[in-house]
Amino acid sequence: MKFLSKLYIALILVFLYAPILVMFIFSFNSAESVWVFEGFSLDWYKELIYNSTMLTALRHTLLIAILSAIISTVLGTAAAIGILQLRKKITKSLVMSVTNIPMMNADIVTGISLMLLFVFFGKLIGLNESLGFFTVLIAHITFNLPYVILSVMPKLQQTDKHLPEAALDLGCTPLQAFFKAVLPSIMPGVFSGFIMAFTLSLDDFVISYFTCGHYQTLPIVIYNMTKKTVTPDAYALSTIIFVTVFVLLILYNTMQNNSERKVARR
Amino acid sequence: MKNSALGRRIIACPYYVWAAIFIIVPLIMMVYYSITNPVGEFTIDNFLSLGKYSKAFLLSITYAVISTIITFLIAYPLSYAMTKLKISSQRMILMMVIFPMWMNFLIRTYSWISILANTGIINNFLVSLGFEPLKLINTPGAIILGMVYDFLPYMVLPIYTAMSKIDTSLLEASDDLGCNGWQKLKKVIFPLTLPGVVSGITMVFVPSVSTFYISQKLGGNKTMLIGDAIEYLFNIGPDHYNVASTLSLVLMVLILISMAIMNRFTDETDEGVII
Repeated sequence: MKFLSKLYIALILVFLYAPILVMFIFSFNSAESVWVFEGFSLDWYKELIYNSTMLTALRHTLLIAILSAIISTVLGTAAAIGILQLRKKITKSLVMSVTNIPMMNADIVTGISLMLLFVFFGKLIGLNESLGFFTVLIAHITFNLPYVILSVMPKLQQTDKHLPEAALDLGCTPLQAFFKAVLPSIMPGVFSGFIMAFTLSLDDFVISYFTCGHYQTLPIVIYNMTKKTVTPDAYALSTIIFVTVFVLLILYNTMQNNSERKVARR
Repeated sequence: MKNSALGRRIIACPYYVWAAIFIIVPLIMMVYYSITNPVGEFTIDNFLSLGKYSKAFLLSITYAVISTIITFLIAYPLSYAMTKLKISSQRMILMMVIFPMWMNFLIRTYSWISILANTGIINNFLVSLGFEPLKLINTPGAIILGMVYDFLPYMVLPIYTAMSKIDTSLLEASDDLGCNGWQKLKKVIFPLTLPGVVSGITMVFVPSVSTFYISQKLGGNKTMLIGDAIEYLFNIGPDHYNVASTLSLVLMVLILISMAIMNRFTDETDEGVII
């Protein structure tokens, strides 16, 4: 029984990693095919370095991800604090239902409804091209916000309600009370909200697709690449991203383990 | 003291404004577009033309339901098997299940073409063994495979979380009270993991029913799902925004209804537990 369940887990992992392995192998193919391996080469990686569309898109993706994560973390943390102060139960549950909409809705619906808004108002103020950097940024902030709010809120509920009052009694200004007393105690929630916002934004395709206009992010460029017959350069790019994320995750995990061990030693 | 509470309430205001403009107004825009024609006059023609898309709707729902069921059938035993391991291995396997999600889903989907294509890896292998090549790509099976593959982690995560929280003494108690394995699963484990199952099902069903990439790549161009129809209409130009909005609106309502049904399911069982 124990053997069978281990075998089952192994089979599922094979299923999950087979396409990734394929991508990895064929990114080194010397031929243009993504299914017949003819020989080892690094040509596709070399090609990437000279591919300016791809590098621009990478810059766009990182810029949007960082900005939208920062803005949605600030807005969302403030929102979480304010929402918890709401006294009426109906108002609170109304606000939370609205907050949940971008998370529950299908990406395609969120993307299209935002695009309609942007196009409509672009026409109203007489713009020819209403979609671009700002519309992608707004869209990303919008779908990041519920994740930030929902990761900050539980931490706020766990902190002592009288904490800010105590800080104020001890002579803090309200701003100091927030930064010195409240923020440190909710920091883990704020941080995980930020990370979640960042990764969601980095990976988003569907919503960016409808709101980006000519401002192409990396997933959009990859989509355009896979529209035609794919050459291994798309695989090479994904391998680089995959390895980068993998290394970052390992580093993050070992860092966390180390700090856990330090705490344990104390 | 009152002032500080007021201050804390006010700092959510920027968010309220944001949510009103970028969550609520867009939905109103969608409704507005779906009841007007391209010139802006009121019409119900968009809804009358929905009949043309009934096949796409039906197909989307069918594929999404099948792939949600398969994902559940894979994820449930997997989560159970995981909870039987050491904590450190559980953590590692969970990481490994989540990890593919960090890779662009377009590429993950596309890699399946390399595997399934007519001259792809599986067929090359079959031919080299002397078998006839199979028709794998551009079939309904390939679309469902793509959905199951892309969304499996969304099902494993909530189910595993719910399962790992089960108090083992409950399982021991049910053993002591004479439950056999099947009864234990049906009366103890399944009810306790139901909230996880429900959120897993929604998290797989919603992206499956609204996808437009998986069907285009793995289904060829002959299968039109509702996501494909919406994307197609938006791409051919502003004149078609109205019908596309109507389709999106119907899709949203469809998703909301299925979510309401699912949530009701957990609410009722919660009450049942309390009684």
